[in-house]
Amino acid sequence: MQQQISFTLNRESVSVTVDGERCLLWVLRYDLGLTGTKFGCGEGLCGACTVIVGKEAVRSCKTPVKEVAGKQVMTIEGLSKDGKLHPLQEAFVKHTALQCGYCTPGMIMTAYALLQKNPHPTRAQAIDFMDSNLCRCGTQHRILDAIQDAGGTLKGSA
Amino acid sequence: MPSENSTLWTNVANGGLGETNRRDFLKTTGTGMGLLLVCSAAGPLVLKTAAQEPGGPPPFPKDFNAYIHVQPNGRITCYVGKVEIGAGEETSLAQACAEELDVALHSIDMVMGDTGVCPWDMGTFGSLTFNLYHKFFRAALAQGRAVLLQMASENLHVPVEKLQVADGVVSVVDTRSKSISYAKLAEGKLVVRHIEASVPTKTPANFKVMGKSVMRLDAIDKVTGNLKYAADHRMPGTLYARVVRAPAFGGKVKSIDTGAAERAGCKVVRDGDLVALIGDKPDLVEKALALVKAEWQREPDRLDDETIYAHLTKYESQMHLVGEKGSLAAGEKVVATALEGKPDLLERTYKTAYAYHAFIETHTNVAYFQDGKLTLWAATQAPFGIKDRVSSALKLDPKNVRVIAPYIGGGFGGKGTNTTANLEAARLAMLIPGKPIQIVWSRAEDIMYDSHRPAALIKIRSGLTKQGKVGYYEYKVFGAGDWGAETLYDFPHQRTSSVGTWESYRKNPPGMHSFNVGPWRGPATVSNTFANEVQMDELAVLAGVDPAEFRLRHLDGNKRMRNVLETALQQFGYKPFPKSPSGRGIGVSCGYLYNTYTCSVAEVEVDKSSGEVKVLRVVNAVDCGFVVNPLGATMQVESCIIFGIGTALSEQVRFGEGKFIDTNFDSYEIPRFSWVPKMEAVLIKDSPVPSPLGLGEPPIASVAPAIANAVYDAVGVRMRQLPMTPERIQAAIKQG
Repeated sequence: MQQQISFTLNRESVSVTVDGERCLLWVLRYDLGLTGTKFGCGEGLCGACTVIVGKEAVRSCKTPVKEVAGKQVMTIEGLSKDGKLHPLQEAFVKHTALQCGYCTPGMIMTAYALLQKNPHPTRAQAIDFMDSNLCRCGTQHRILDAIQDAGGTLKGSA
Repeated sequence: MPSENSTLWTNVANGGLGETNRRDFLKTTGTGMGLLLVCSAAGPLVLKTAAQEPGGPPPFPKDFNAYIHVQPNGRITCYVGKVEIGAGEETSLAQACAEELDVALHSIDMVMGDTGVCPWDMGTFGSLTFNLYHKFFRAALAQGRAVLLQMASENLHVPVEKLQVADGVVSVVDTRSKSISYAKLAEGKLVVRHIEASVPTKTPANFKVMGKSVMRLDAIDKVTGNLKYAADHRMPGTLYARVVRAPAFGGKVKSIDTGAAERAGCKVVRDGDLVALIGDKPDLVEKALALVKAEWQREPDRLDDETIYAHLTKYESQMHLVGEKGSLAAGEKVVATALEGKPDLLERTYKTAYAYHAFIETHTNVAYFQDGKLTLWAATQAPFGIKDRVSSALKLDPKNVRVIAPYIGGGFGGKGTNTTANLEAARLAMLIPGKPIQIVWSRAEDIMYDSHRPAALIKIRSGLTKQGKVGYYEYKVFGAGDWGAETLYDFPHQRTSSVGTWESYRKNPPGMHSFNVGPWRGPATVSNTFANEVQMDELAVLAGVDPAEFRLRHLDGNKRMRNVLETALQQFGYKPFPKSPSGRGIGVSCGYLYNTYTCSVAEVEVDKSSGEVKVLRVVNAVDCGFVVNPLGATMQVESCIIFGIGTALSEQVRFGEGKFIDTNFDSYEIPRFSWVPKMEAVLIKDSPVPSPLGLGEPPIASVAPAIANAVYDAVGVRMRQLPMTPERIQAAIKQG
């Protein structure tokens, strides 16, 4: 059933007229043309589709778009401002916390949510928060270094 | 605006549906679009290579013009048939290009994996980017530099010997009084040159760019979400497709009612056994898929993930000999103990499960067919291989088929020519000409139609001599393939046989597997090394010797493997076992693949009540010849360690009656953040091999067996089946 849904997307107002039951991932990627957020599993199991709603990390593949009406949504495209990388993005580059990069937007958005709640996470806290995000290429330890670096809790040299 | 380090996709960004045909481009040279240097006087540049000679090297083009275009603004566009599958191929090839041409790394724009503009390549797999491709690539570039120097020499009236190049500028040594840039040399001229002699490539001692850890060229675009994968390339008018699948393998459609799906706004296309829904948005097509009513007919299939193993042994009569040393008959005589005149041999059976590639990006294709020409944007490791396969299967002239591989979200061998995904997309596009068709496999489809690592059963019979060394070794592998089957060690009497292979679903004896199999990181090697190294460990216990020492005693004939083993032990701080099992949870394994040697030392903790294994630490030492990018190499070792943990502890595809029980990541478990141990990758610096060898796969060979041997050392149970799930370990502890 088509309805008009308005929300804030990456600090700008948007309005879409769609079936409100459609999941946010598809509306972002195919109606709004933002392809940074990825499809991985369709069941909220891998985290590749993670976006921020309010301050929370949300799996957009399982979130009907009507649920974000009136809310503030941020995708990976919204993280850098005026061409300047967010400290988390810089940390991911510095620690080469990526290989194929497909899980990377979801990882960064999940990490963003972590640092909103807990700006200086311990290694164990970061592991716990990130544990339901999947990376097949094997860069998890580098992602943790990047998160702790951005959070000021990375011990020793990288 | 792409960052300095981002990759310029001139072919896709400019092209979209238009064709940037390199042949046409080359014809228009001389209009200020940049220099074409033709190194051969033999005629127009031919991008298609000569047929491969049997037993000869792959037909990589030798002419450097196939790889390089010098732009008027000084930038270098570098065309390679390789694909960035995640391991940093783009960056390492750019490093090689910068090195051989003496240009700045950030002045290079890589164009990869486009059969329309890039030179032929066999595919990005087999750990061959360094092992094989680099040689040809660099040799061609060295030629190009030599041609440019010759031209500079004529321009500056200075002999070539007195010239040097830095950052794409040729200048006179010592005085730098005169100089000219590659770009200036290139300006709007068509030059025909012929260089007879081959030009040597740079040597490691002189490397300025290679051998260094540099920032990945794709890093910034990956962290900003700007980088485009196959599903991200947008074209006007794109339609989205999903195939109507049988619920089980081999199912044929008996009757189908797509009425409800059509009323929901989808179009139906049908071509024999292929039925697909097409719509405006992928999620709407998926929703409509659930409305399709179909009846399926299939042959009953009694194989499941447990009965597969006995099934594999039925092919014993078709075994072929892989290798042999001495004779088993002589081996029987040297075996130490005999019961009633028969040698006392240790006979063991090993099993390894089917595994799924589990890339986070599922199979994704965008196909466009118009006026007899097909363009396929495919998440593939092998664009040229796919081009051949699609052309031949769909009876299209290869000249009219173009495959473009963008950055892909993981390959691991599963996005090569063994998959059906690309062909399916091409077929759909031909059914709907004039419209780009995007098809992204669901996770369930991806698991079911993967070209899986085949399940394997391995039988080993072995015996010790009076001196406590292995004197008899008979190895039989069913299902996995040959690689890694032959032992690393000096066994005087050994025989290795095999039936079944990962190489292709169609190459296997009929009925061996119920579904598609193919190359999975470290093909055959993962299964064979597990069997060989767990057996070796048990033999060490029988001989009363520390497992590491036992291995060293059998490596007189293999200095490189000895060196890797000793290095790993030293890095770990390994102390010999007082007895086996020692309770410390430490295990060792050697391994090899493609002339690269690896050794893992693993430390684990086992929860005796739950059977859960926590891998605490893994040291993985590897001799891969010359290391081109130390950071890249380290990351490949780490990647293999984590992959190996999945193989060791959780990864198995469960199925029965043609259906897969595992349909998503809830039950097909791959390693998580909390599973990752402390890892130490040790890259051997003093390898006797001066050239780079493969590294993307070999380190995985030794990981699972080291963990299995560590489990034995922790709790005294000998696991001979992968994966070693908590249930299996619990059961083994109860039994033991």
